[in-house]
Amino acid sequence: MLAALRPREGTLILPVLLLVSLASTAYGTEGVAGEGATAVTSAAEPGGILEVLSFYGCAILTVVCALGVCASKNIVRMAVWLFGALGAVALLYFLMAANFIGAIQLIVYVGGTLILLVFGVMLTTKSPWVRFEAKRWELIGAGVVCLALLVCLCTVLCRTAWHAAEGAMPGAAVAEIGRSLLTTYLVPFEVAGVLLMIVMVGAAHLARQEKKS
Amino acid sequence: MTQFSVPWIQKSERTNYGFPVKALGVAVFFAIVAVVGYWVAGTLLNGHPVAWLLLVIAPALTAGAAAGAAFFVKTWGMWPPVLLRVAIILLVGAFVASCFGVWAVHMLFEWVEVGAVAHAANDPAVTTWFGAPLTLAEISGAFPEMLPDFLSPLVWPLQFPIVRDVISMVTLIVFFTIVPVFAIWWERKVAGRIQSRLGPMRVGKWHGWAQSPADGIKLVLKEDLVPAEADGPLFRLAPFFAIIPSAAAYMVLPFGATYLFRDLDVSLVFILALLGVEVMAVILGGWASNNKWSIYGGMREACQMISYEIPMGMALLVPVVCVGSLNLRVIGEYQAGGWFSWLAFDNPFTFIAFVAYFVASLASCKRAPFDLPEAESELVAGFLTEYSGFRWALFFFAEYAAMFVVCGLAVILFLGGWHSPLPVAWGDKVIELLGDNLLARGVNGLLFSGPLWFVMKATFFLFVQIWIRWTLPRIRIDQVLYACVQVLLPLTMVLLLGTTLWVWASSSDSSGWAMFDQVVSWLLGLIGAVFPIGFVAIAAHGFYHRRRLVGNLVIDPLPGS
Repeated sequence: MLAALRPREGTLILPVLLLVSLASTAYGTEGVAGEGATAVTSAAEPGGILEVLSFYGCAILTVVCALGVCASKNIVRMAVWLFGALGAVALLYFLMAANFIGAIQLIVYVGGTLILLVFGVMLTTKSPWVRFEAKRWELIGAGVVCLALLVCLCTVLCRTAWHAAEGAMPGAAVAEIGRSLLTTYLVPFEVAGVLLMIVMVGAAHLARQEKKS
Repeated sequence: MTQFSVPWIQKSERTNYGFPVKALGVAVFFAIVAVVGYWVAGTLLNGHPVAWLLLVIAPALTAGAAAGAAFFVKTWGMWPPVLLRVAIILLVGAFVASCFGVWAVHMLFEWVEVGAVAHAANDPAVTTWFGAPLTLAEISGAFPEMLPDFLSPLVWPLQFPIVRDVISMVTLIVFFTIVPVFAIWWERKVAGRIQSRLGPMRVGKWHGWAQSPADGIKLVLKEDLVPAEADGPLFRLAPFFAIIPSAAAYMVLPFGATYLFRDLDVSLVFILALLGVEVMAVILGGWASNNKWSIYGGMREACQMISYEIPMGMALLVPVVCVGSLNLRVIGEYQAGGWFSWLAFDNPFTFIAFVAYFVASLASCKRAPFDLPEAESELVAGFLTEYSGFRWALFFFAEYAAMFVVCGLAVILFLGGWHSPLPVAWGDKVIELLGDNLLARGVNGLLFSGPLWFVMKATFFLFVQIWIRWTLPRIRIDQVLYACVQVLLPLTMVLLLGTTLWVWASSSDSSGWAMFDQVVSWLLGLIGAVFPIGFVAIAAHGFYHRRRLVGNLVIDPLPGS
């Protein structure tokens, strides 16, 4: 009778939560007891074994999910793999104490773009796109482009003089981001806003025209 | 009297036969180990905390657990009637005990912090085994005087952050489990009362309080069904996309100024992101079921959630502009000082933003009147049509847990968080009167600011959500989108602009404006006070006339009543 019970599915939750919490334990956050926590640092100290383990966990998750996007043939499954890859990248951001970027990654890519993508796939259920079979010339072309990209990235990686950031992250990262968006980078910020506005108006216009005809 | 029978336990009587004897043997063995360990740790190992933990405390606890298990299995048949008789005492006792438990763990954590700070002041270089900086003497030095010193080996492991994280996370997961179990029972009771019936009354003797645990056991024992034509892996995966974000949201939700697991500087955005991720579960569940009702439900959910995220986020930005922080703890702390300093009564825009946020949060939790994704009268059960058993339970857990999270957000951002409506000056008086001891802290936590206030306020709004669900009819999908795009979105834009101007005006040093601001705040506070007072008055009226029928059915007085 207990065969129906699948405890292993329930126990899946705990490791994921652990991973998420470890990722968000990076420095820049305080311990359990809040304000008084100066002497006792959080579990994943920078450079500690937990941080290294969670970094490799997130990195492997990202790579596996990205490979899954390429390998699967069903377009909805591709979206799910992409979900995993984007979510793991968000975890990496949290691990680097870039909490704001991590949360925005989740909102914009996972909660917004990906949902729209799946939504679009659902609207076109009957099209041949659900089963995605790549032709040979497409595979070759994509392979060439990817190889070129790989070479470029590797070159950049090797040539850059990497240096470790000194000290902890600035405490009020969000405030800094906000301030620089409204002072130093005001013009690009506004231009991006106008661009998005144009896209929105254009999309609404297209949708409306289609409705009339 | 109902007969309780659990076939698989009764059938296995023979396999249970030897268990008490074996368990007793284990208990005796570990008791001996504990006694020997007491001697070894005390004399040979100089009472090192790890030795105490491994050689004395752990064997003693194991022995106790084994003896308890033996006793329970031996007397298994005798417990259900006893448990049923004292069920309500157990329930209330468990509630009080868990409150005290959380509080005690919090105190322990605090003592560890105190000890750590004292240690850092003394000698930061010396560490003992396993890199633990604190010695037993330092920990017991951080205790208040009335606590015995033999507790210090138990507190010793708490100085490792990973141990405290695991304890906190277990507490959070337990809370995350209790919220839906309570809310489902509560929803059924409220629905019953609103429809002039009783709701569950049998299980657990007192108003059917054990109905949801019983339902949970039933769901877990159900057959594990995946439709043959469904997309198997995605079908199995979808519930986790629902439950993991809503569980993770509790990690940054502050229950009090110091009762929070992770103090992220962007906790508000983090929670919004997680609530956004939850949509994926519904869409995937609807898609993978390979059923037209499911996919309709999923698509409705997608378009509803994506549209309502915008007014929800904009309404949440209104208090953020007033405070100037995205950290929920900072926002909560900002509102210390009683009813009139709560952000909802800060200016007219925040007052309306609270209403706008609450409407949008109903939609984002797919609660009625926005429950189109699972509209049971049109779509069978929407995206849940093909789900049953454990996976269905996971979806429901996620939904009710997310309801609590959005209510908690409303409370933290607009209604004072963990602060009571009483003026904070009274709390300082209590500290003055009683001195800074455990009693004063208890009184302060109960009356002025503490996690209990947060949970109570959030539970009240959970009740309001339930109340709305059983009162209002479901609206059509075009009305849903109209309400979002043409009403809520422009409204929240105006609110955001207005509150920005208000904050800008307040930053000037004009005394006339300051007075105006104060008067508006008092007025709004008084208007706000009408709602809870009216609620209590109407509830009291209803309770007084609870035996009367509703509406046209009123016959007053009922003959023989």
